[in-house]
Amino acid sequence: MSQPAINIQPANPILTVNNIEVVYDEVIQVLRGVSLAVPEGDVVTLLGPNGAGKSTTLKAISGLLKSEDGEVTKGDITFMGERIDNKNAEDVVRSGVFQVMEGRRIIEDMTAIENLKLGAYTRNDSQINQDIEMVFNYFPRLKERTGLAGYLSGGEQQMLAIGRALMARPKMICLDEPSMGLSPLLVKEVFSIIGQINREQGITMLLVEQNANYALKAANYGYIMESGKIVLDGTQDELLNNEDVKEFYLGGGNEERKSFKNLKSYKRRKRWL
Amino acid sequence: MNFELLMQLIVNGIIVGLLYGVVGMCFVLVYKSTQIVNFAQGEFLLVGAWVCWAFLTYFQLPFFMGFILTMVFMALFGVLLQMVVLRPMIGEPIISVIMITIGLSIFFQSLMKWIFGVSPQSYPKVFESESVQILGLNIEMAYLMSTVISLAIMVAFFLFFKYSKYGLAMRATAFNQQIAQSLGISVKQVFAMSWGIAATLSATAGVVIGLVNGVSNSLSTMGVKVFPAVILGGLDSVVGAIVGGLTIGVLENVAEFFDSQYLHVGNMYDIAPFYVLLIILWFKPYGLFGTKDIERI
Repeated sequence: MSQPAINIQPANPILTVNNIEVVYDEVIQVLRGVSLAVPEGDVVTLLGPNGAGKSTTLKAISGLLKSEDGEVTKGDITFMGERIDNKNAEDVVRSGVFQVMEGRRIIEDMTAIENLKLGAYTRNDSQINQDIEMVFNYFPRLKERTGLAGYLSGGEQQMLAIGRALMARPKMICLDEPSMGLSPLLVKEVFSIIGQINREQGITMLLVEQNANYALKAANYGYIMESGKIVLDGTQDELLNNEDVKEFYLGGGNEERKSFKNLKSYKRRKRWL
Repeated sequence: MNFELLMQLIVNGIIVGLLYGVVGMCFVLVYKSTQIVNFAQGEFLLVGAWVCWAFLTYFQLPFFMGFILTMVFMALFGVLLQMVVLRPMIGEPIISVIMITIGLSIFFQSLMKWIFGVSPQSYPKVFESESVQILGLNIEMAYLMSTVISLAIMVAFFLFFKYSKYGLAMRATAFNQQIAQSLGISVKQVFAMSWGIAATLSATAGVVIGLVNGVSNSLSTMGVKVFPAVILGGLDSVVGAIVGGLTIGVLENVAEFFDSQYLHVGNMYDIAPFYVLLIILWFKPYGLFGTKDIERI
């Protein structure tokens, strides 16, 4: 039934988050000691309910916390052997971590191509136009859209946001809820392209999701967060077969149950860890 | 009806309106990227015009050299102003920053009076002939140059924001600072850049006006004149600033025409634009091209 949390530290992680605590506005503690490791070239997912601190973890990595009055007060974050937890967002992008923020966040009053060009802001080489073509190969329907990006459909905006991330030629992309607000069919499409990009470009992915089913199928390794802590982690198989994960995240679980009378509280039990 | 005079005044209005448009664009640029209403906009013109005058008279430089040096100086001036005075204010309430720009306005007005005195000075002669005849209208060479410069600035502005990497970065910052940061754009750099550009282009307008009317401390009232222009066009619209500038320029001159010919009230030149502004804002509170801000709570 209950499995102890397994802590396999990958041999050669590209990103390590070591016991970080995050405080907003100098009083609200959101993360209480989060550690995770992302191996190079892998897809790692971070799951959890609303308010668990998933997005905060991503923003701590990408340096965007500062623009929200948040601060990493303890612990450290290392990317490719370099401390990035006290860097500005723009310097983190330059070191190769690109975050696709929750809710797409494309620039609505610009065209798709202008959005893509901005993705390459930190680059100075001459292959930007080539890379725009590459993005269009992954997302052919973006090529037909010449109007303002604000008029694109939700799925197209998500594709544009991922394409814009590719334009920076990052080593790692942090995706914050790419499935948000998309139809099941589009979720499937977006996830398959994420997998394709990971395989073809060798870009490491850290995927924050609420849609555990898709996320776990796309990822090699997963972490589950609750109330600002990692409560469980494991490989794809371990998590997919974990009874608790099945029950609380995948919606299957204990099929014999007819009532909710004896429902265990996942949280309470996990506090013993 | 003195048709020729009317035409002449309308042409003058367009020429002056284009200058208002340029200064208005700078105003909108600062407002859009930093949300600051810059009350020291007029002082950019003033400082630019005096600095150019100093280059031309004290250092006896040829006009175009002095002009280019002035632009370089003003770019540095704008960037430094942002870095030294306004950067520490990032994160403070926007109203305090606006108060600071009012302070800057008073400071630079006084500084210019202190350095260059209170009496108006005229620029050394730049053009051989004072004016040219185009289609029967008498147009001063300086005005002709001002039109060419204004139009060139507008085209450059458009190209910069449409195609250059930094222009796109500034638009991204104007759209949303957090998104801009997530793309690797340094918001501080963008702020400094927008103040630099605003100071440089406004100074160009200052020099051009100086060429025609001479430099005096009243140049800074251009900052006030530009207000109806940008509010008319909508505070956050560059196109609006140009249209607003042209409208105000033409209106002033047409009002002047009717005043001098029929009404004899006096001072209509200065007042009429504000009346029109009032009426337009009655019906379109966000200006002609401004975007409505929808606050969601």
